[in-house]
Amino acid sequence: MRIALFVTCLNDTFYPRTGIAVVKVLEKLGCEVEFPKAQTCCGQPMWNNGFTPEARVLARKMITVFEEAQYVVTPSGSCAAMVREHYEQAFEHDAVWRDRARRLAAKTYEFVEFLDRVLKVDLTELGVRWEGKAAYHYSCHLRALGIKADDPQRIMRQVEGLDVMPLDKQEQCCGFGGTFAMKYPDISGAMVNDKVSCIQAADCDAVISNDAGCTMNIAGACRRAGEAKRFITLAEVIAEGMGLMDKGE
Amino acid sequence: MPTTDSTTSHDILFPALPYSVHQRAGHAVRDVQLQQFIERATVTKDDGRKLVLEQTFGDRADELRTLAGRIKQHALDNLDHYLEQFIDRATQAGTQVHFAKDDRQANAIAMEIARSIDAKLCVKSKSMVTEETHLLPALEGIGCETIETDLGEFILQLDGDAPSHIVTPMIHKDRAAVARAFERELGAAYTEDPKELTQIARDYLRDKYRRADLGISGGNFLVAETGGVVICTNEGNGRFCTSAPRVHIAFVGIEKIVPRQEDLGVLLKLLARSATAQPLTCYTHIMTGPRRAAEPDGPEQMHVILVDNGRAEVLREETREMLRCIRCGACLNACPVYRKVGGHSYGSVYSGPIGAILTPALKGLGNYPDLADASSLCGACYEACPVKIDIPKHLIRTRQAMVNAGHTKPADRLFMRLWARSLRYGWSYWFGGWFQRKLFRMKAKKTLPTGTGPYADRGWLSKAPGPVAGWTSQRDLPTPTSKSFRHWWDHEHAPSIPSKAAEDE
Repeated sequence: MRIALFVTCLNDTFYPRTGIAVVKVLEKLGCEVEFPKAQTCCGQPMWNNGFTPEARVLARKMITVFEEAQYVVTPSGSCAAMVREHYEQAFEHDAVWRDRARRLAAKTYEFVEFLDRVLKVDLTELGVRWEGKAAYHYSCHLRALGIKADDPQRIMRQVEGLDVMPLDKQEQCCGFGGTFAMKYPDISGAMVNDKVSCIQAADCDAVISNDAGCTMNIAGACRRAGEAKRFITLAEVIAEGMGLMDKGE
Repeated sequence: MPTTDSTTSHDILFPALPYSVHQRAGHAVRDVQLQQFIERATVTKDDGRKLVLEQTFGDRADELRTLAGRIKQHALDNLDHYLEQFIDRATQAGTQVHFAKDDRQANAIAMEIARSIDAKLCVKSKSMVTEETHLLPALEGIGCETIETDLGEFILQLDGDAPSHIVTPMIHKDRAAVARAFERELGAAYTEDPKELTQIARDYLRDKYRRADLGISGGNFLVAETGGVVICTNEGNGRFCTSAPRVHIAFVGIEKIVPRQEDLGVLLKLLARSATAQPLTCYTHIMTGPRRAAEPDGPEQMHVILVDNGRAEVLREETREMLRCIRCGACLNACPVYRKVGGHSYGSVYSGPIGAILTPALKGLGNYPDLADASSLCGACYEACPVKIDIPKHLIRTRQAMVNAGHTKPADRLFMRLWARSLRYGWSYWFGGWFQRKLFRMKAKKTLPTGTGPYADRGWLSKAPGPVAGWTSQRDLPTPTSKSFRHWWDHEHAPSIPSKAAEDE
């Protein structure tokens, strides 16, 4: 199975360890991973802000870079949703690019979703072991991918030693929303502080958060509140739990 | 007689334009009490909605929502036809149907009817359309005392306040506020007991129902094939308002049309469940014409005012779907932004996610330039909507329309264009990452950790300038790690199955 990794701009710059974990896990599972070097950003910030022509330029670039791949896997629900849900809308008046967008959308997966729906892995069989109590943050854009909060948690429960702790208002947005967090700090701040309170109330040492944007937001607010929690992606949990990476941070 | 401080309530829903959400939202998020009221009410209702839909319809709840959306969409796609049919059938049943292009016309028609019967007292049940047209002061201006009879609206009227939620208008107030209003305005003894408070309101309102000449209601649905007006209420006040006075006027938006009586079987299943987690509202009535000769009660005249007030414009193909809304308020309850800012922050009659798309469409993009922008696009609204309005899609479309119409701030425009350009080419993407890494890590030098390796050694900024200042006003900002993923791939990654590629070729 040949996989092209779309690492995303945030992971590339802020959370490279997530990308490394994804590569290691996929290769361990027998996949051949390539990293198309021309990739940059999917164009979501421009699209979400209504800058459609600018978003289209980046979408065309993404499509060109990834269209030869058998599968495109990305450790971000948000960027996967951009490709799967919005590229077609972006080219609604352009039949040629719309078709190309559709073909890319059909083979693009969020990493955990890919493990679950395509590779159909059972982590218990792989003997993944990771000790800790972690709450899971459900990122909103998984909704657009048809992934419910329980889907990733079902996979987490296959990790030996990992206690997935309940988190109040789990499906409530953390208030990231891309540029929203910068443009509406009062509202976004109130939202993320609500999330921090829920994390504080949960009996956990770590927070499993698979979208880099949410993580920057929630971890930043936890730090401001003096709340020391380890933020980690499920990809890192699995990689550490399979002995592919040292226990980090 | 309760006095309505119409300037206050007017300003809440009809602020100076162009309106920006920042000021009111800023106040709301700092109002601890308000936060508690809204949080409790919305979370409870949202949980209740999910539970009751799951329990009743299981996996098929989604199908039912799809069907409801199709019914409404079909009605909107053929609105001319169904409106004509409604007018014919309603007229045959003895209802007098009027058409109002805008708020002024709608109020003028109601005032004309009130004058023609020399109405001195009007009892009114809940109607968002009459909030849109600001009907109350208009009627009071011609000497027709008008009483809100929905308990929530009644209390807001006593307080000179405005509704902040489509279904639970006084979500921003508590029992103590009700007690104070009743003590102050009605001379009742102070009590916070819900039963006693209800009794006070009931005694006061009963007398009004008996004496009123005119009753005003809204309408949840208009049934084209029968000419019927459907009203859903929980307090029974709607029934008094529409049957006790001599004349009944229903204010209804033109988008409330459904083709057939049996369509109600789908929509009513969803309305109360989505709104309040009830299987049905306590009272659901379908009114088709005034009292007939052999009937003992009911109004002598029944009027329906079909209100456009900007809807014809929203009927354009790109925005038409917004008009499916059945005003259940589920998107408000589900919305994490609404939960923080409350209804008044939306500066219009319709608040929450549906308000954020409908208000700019109804009242002009330039008048509400940032309403659709103040959303994290989380999609909880779409998931909650019983008629499947793709609200996040319309939020983005509204933003596109804002950009195209030039309502975006020049600084924002420049920032987005430069950012997009830097992401376009490999070299500028690389340079942007390099610059950000150098700058942020230099500024956050003291917080840089050691011993984590170059792919996890993020530091933290507590104060950043420029466009990032908004971020750090609320939370710390992580810096890039000292090395990027790309660096790892180029320098440290050793493919585990190097020969595989060759085999595939």
